[in-house]
Amino acid sequence: MNAEEVLKLAKLARIEVSAEEAESLSHEFEAILGYVGQVKGITNEELRITNEHPLRNVMREDTNPHESGKFSEAVLKNAPDREENYIKVKKIL
Amino acid sequence: MIDLSTFNIVSAREGLKSGKFSSHDLTQACLNVIKEKNEELNAFLEVFEDALIQADEADKKISEGIDLPLLGIPVALKDNMLVTGQRVTAGSKILEGFIAPTDCTAVKKLREAGAVIVGRTNMDEFAMGASTESSAFGPTKNPVDLTRVPGGSSGGSAAALASGMILAAYGSDTGGSVRQPAAFCGVVGFKPTYGRVSRSGLIAMASSLDQISPFAKTVTDAEILYKAVSGSDPMDSTTISDETYPKNKEFNKTIGVPRAFFEGEGVSEVVKKNLEESIEKFKSLGYKVMDISLPNIAYSLATYYILMPAEVSSNLARFDGVKYGLHVDGKDGVDDYFKTRAVGFGREVRRRIILGTYVLSSGYYDAYYGSAIKAKQIITDELRRAFKDVDLILTPTAPTPAFKFGEKSTPLDMYLADIFTVPANISGCPAISIPFGEENGLPLGVELMADLGREDNIFRASKEFLGE
Repeated sequence: MNAEEVLKLAKLARIEVSAEEAESLSHEFEAILGYVGQVKGITNEELRITNEHPLRNVMREDTNPHESGKFSEAVLKNAPDREENYIKVKKIL
Repeated sequence: MIDLSTFNIVSAREGLKSGKFSSHDLTQACLNVIKEKNEELNAFLEVFEDALIQADEADKKISEGIDLPLLGIPVALKDNMLVTGQRVTAGSKILEGFIAPTDCTAVKKLREAGAVIVGRTNMDEFAMGASTESSAFGPTKNPVDLTRVPGGSSGGSAAALASGMILAAYGSDTGGSVRQPAAFCGVVGFKPTYGRVSRSGLIAMASSLDQISPFAKTVTDAEILYKAVSGSDPMDSTTISDETYPKNKEFNKTIGVPRAFFEGEGVSEVVKKNLEESIEKFKSLGYKVMDISLPNIAYSLATYYILMPAEVSSNLARFDGVKYGLHVDGKDGVDDYFKTRAVGFGREVRRRIILGTYVLSSGYYDAYYGSAIKAKQIITDELRRAFKDVDLILTPTAPTPAFKFGEKSTPLDMYLADIFTVPANISGCPAISIPFGEENGLPLGVELMADLGREDNIFRASKEFLGE
């Protein structure tokens, strides 16, 4: 992986990364991907997957909400910028 | 003045019940040790102002004859567990100024059990690390040797307990973040089956692997701490009940040793010899110890370093400088994200988010994430088949004792510190690190893993091993 690819990924992840950091990250990623790439081997072997405990979705009824507004002030207080009961952001368009 | 080093939870509860001392005295003793030692160790990030008030409330309950498993016992929390009205940082600058609006489920349960919540402890940023060196608030030092790391990511909790600042502490274990620091600091660290303890209100790293886990001085204490916080929770749909994994096999005192797994390079000779000594000790206690073959277990670490960053990249998308925490102004709304996340996240966190973005990106998804998901299933099946023949699997907890600050010079070197602990996270199995042996005065640990839902086997064998 080269620095250019790292910069593209960083952009997708919404993180500003300097050219120098991208360069050193690219070398680190080479080493890490070289190591983790070995999992591609495991799945080529003939292995039984027993699936004794398959994953399943766990749902609950959308009922018994907490009292309206109970946490609003505590949550909004954490926002960097607010206007009354709204979180304020810069204009998008 | 209470000498905390002579007490564990069980003996402190006896002292409290018999009126030998109060929870106020006990908590004050903790505060005194913290005051004396924390500047050097950096184990606590904050001591809560209401600790003594909580202790007084516990004393009132004790005087009314109320009996609860942790009534009046001072405990510390890793700084990724939410406590209403308190700061919580996950060891990161990006949560600057954030005040928790609610208790995490584990804290709610701790309050019900009567615990006194003393403060929050240092950790690797977002629990990403094996040394506590990646904390935005400076590293924690190992109380056994100040030139060495306490392990991580829950290094603050381990150091707080091992230095006598507290009687019990919680951490979170995603790839070994409780068991490895427990081994490095010479205490017990226990990771329950995935889903035993609710993750609601725990700041997520990798949701399919994270599990709140206790540190304790004894196995008996670890069991008390585990029982206090476990149980199914409607706020976390991945929590399990006692029926999820039925106990359909008797305990036969049999232990499997996957020798090939730790005979490779990078494992200290003393660690290998120490494991042999632990095998002899189990044999002398009447255990049958047999070699087992787990050809795929060695893939656990590679699997982990795909699944974990993938989940990290998704979970940490919420830190955007809009809803809470740090905000760094950019030239427009989108640039705010870039600036905030560049300044707010440390290097290791940025590294894992970008790596996770890569393994999930189209074109690489099947090769990395897809393969890792299959590998997780294969490893889990292999372990579960092994548990048809043995009750427990024994390995070292870590390949070496506590290493020096700055010793792991590349990210991959640091990742390899998790090699023996990740299989339990990948499979969801419960596992414990118990202190046993030493190398040049540094504590070592051995790890016992059991089948899903078989915490009982771990507690039984570990107690026998430590003579509890």
